[in-house]
Amino acid sequence: MSHDVRVPRAVTVPLRRRINVGDGLFRGVTAMFALTILAVLGSIFVVLAFQSRESITTFGWGFLTGTTWDPVFKQFGAWPFVYGTLVSSFLALLQAVPLGVGTAVFLSELATPWLRSPVSFLVELLATIPSVVYGLWGIFVLVPFVRSYVEPVLGATLGFLPFFQGPAYGVGMLTASMVLAVMIVPYITSVTHEILRAVPADQREAALALGATTWEMIRTAVLPYGRTGIIGAVMLGLGRAIGETMAVTMVIGNRSDVSLSLFAPANTMATYDLYVHALIEIGLVLLLVTVVINVLARLLVWSVAAPGARRG
Amino acid sequence: MTPTAEPTAGSTRLSYARRRLLNGLAQGGAGLCTLAVLLPLVLIFGYLLVKGFSALNLSFFTQLPKPVGEPGGGMANAIVGTLTLIALACILGLPIGVLAGVFLAEHGHSRLGSTIRFCADVLTGVPSIVIGIYAYTLIVLPTHTFSAYAGGFALAVIMLPIVTRTTEEMVRLVPSTLREAALGLGVPAWRTTLWVVLRTARGGIITGIMLAVARVAGETAPLLFTAFGNQFWHQGLTGPISSLPQQIYTYAISPYEDWHRQAWAGALVLLVLISLTSLAVRLLTRGHARSTL
Repeated sequence: MSHDVRVPRAVTVPLRRRINVGDGLFRGVTAMFALTILAVLGSIFVVLAFQSRESITTFGWGFLTGTTWDPVFKQFGAWPFVYGTLVSSFLALLQAVPLGVGTAVFLSELATPWLRSPVSFLVELLATIPSVVYGLWGIFVLVPFVRSYVEPVLGATLGFLPFFQGPAYGVGMLTASMVLAVMIVPYITSVTHEILRAVPADQREAALALGATTWEMIRTAVLPYGRTGIIGAVMLGLGRAIGETMAVTMVIGNRSDVSLSLFAPANTMATYDLYVHALIEIGLVLLLVTVVINVLARLLVWSVAAPGARRG
Repeated sequence: MTPTAEPTAGSTRLSYARRRLLNGLAQGGAGLCTLAVLLPLVLIFGYLLVKGFSALNLSFFTQLPKPVGEPGGGMANAIVGTLTLIALACILGLPIGVLAGVFLAEHGHSRLGSTIRFCADVLTGVPSIVIGIYAYTLIVLPTHTFSAYAGGFALAVIMLPIVTRTTEEMVRLVPSTLREAALGLGVPAWRTTLWVVLRTARGGIITGIMLAVARVAGETAPLLFTAFGNQFWHQGLTGPISSLPQQIYTYAISPYEDWHRQAWAGALVLLVLISLTSLAVRLLTRGHARSTL
């Protein structure tokens, strides 16, 4: 290979080889660190599954369907916690989805530009509040409020439903779902906001040109276009609601008969091996459920929002 | 396309008015939703300020928890504990996160890169308590002790995907002309990345780190089985250590009024720190592309 005369003498073949070594080394190092992420994620599954094997082999599927959680008699049925988590998360979604989608619609369609930025910042601020603080506020502010003002009203009007009967269960579940709803609203809002922003302008303009009012435009052109993504946003919120433990536990007060979070049994210290393994198996169940929901949610969201926004 | 039914003149006027009304109601409804969403924010901050401010004094920041009934007492060990745990998490998580982000930015289009990016996204969705259990089985069980290292490890795992993704996006934002100019001048590729690209993306990467720190500072669940909490000063990093969110939790579920007030004060301190960090991040990344939660 002939060299250009002006190339400095230092740039000869041996030096070039040295430079390539540096490149390869750097790429190898960064790749190694990037693979750490894969390793961590994989090892979470492996470690949890391995550590709960004794519990899995002892109880099998009965772990999920068993209704008694009694460490004293070595009975570990997690169904009450699973059920409580599902119900509280579902109730939280019932409250959070309308509010979240409504707020996202406000932010993307109706708000003036100078309003959009601060309001969306405030909504995101809600997401940064730690779970403990929500729990603290829930115990001392929300629970008394719900007990004094909301529960009597609900009991008077909807008391025929078994759901709102009885003091303990109704208020605990209701308040917990309210706190959960406040916690997941920012996620639903922000993702839905991105989805709605990804709707092409010509869809909106076409509806408006045909004489639609703003609301009709939103209803016929914007929301249906983003429907898949909004479902994804809702599932993202569900995933977070299921994984939320601290605030719910604090609000419920650690009563073992009213266990609304998968964390509740873990609140006591495990004293023998099978106990530890059962707790770890609960963690495994929680992990699998949330990962599945999250993956599905992201697939749905990506199919609507601009692919360039998330992928490279 | 012909409309299906021709409305009469009278009903057109009525239906238009009805449509206007519906429009107004819907817009008002959306506004109400926004207010309803912002209301808890106002309430939480308000209650924290009102209830927490009165318990804030110098002894809160400098003293250890005192037995109930004794005046004074504070959360000094919890504040120091949180700072210690965050420092440990940063030492462990930041190098891995930043370099992994650099890898994703440069090789993210490959199949390996896409897989790793997907794993990072999945990792952000793992509940923090599961990560706590993971750190418990990985570190606490073999070493037979709660420790700051275990807590720091758990927090680092939580920080890792956040730092990686924000670093990737910030590095992507660096114009390729900068990189090409450096390469054209003969700078080796790896030096280009380190000296030119990273230096340019430095500000964005730091804001990504601040975001991760703000997130991790408020975590309680992963620390319950790892750092465990400590009513006194921690004895080295191989023993249990307190942290601010965990101390708030302990005080909040206790039956003592005095401790409740301290919990409010601690929550106020924690929230102020996190909110200031979030505000700084928002102001610094104005105009940049930001990822959603």
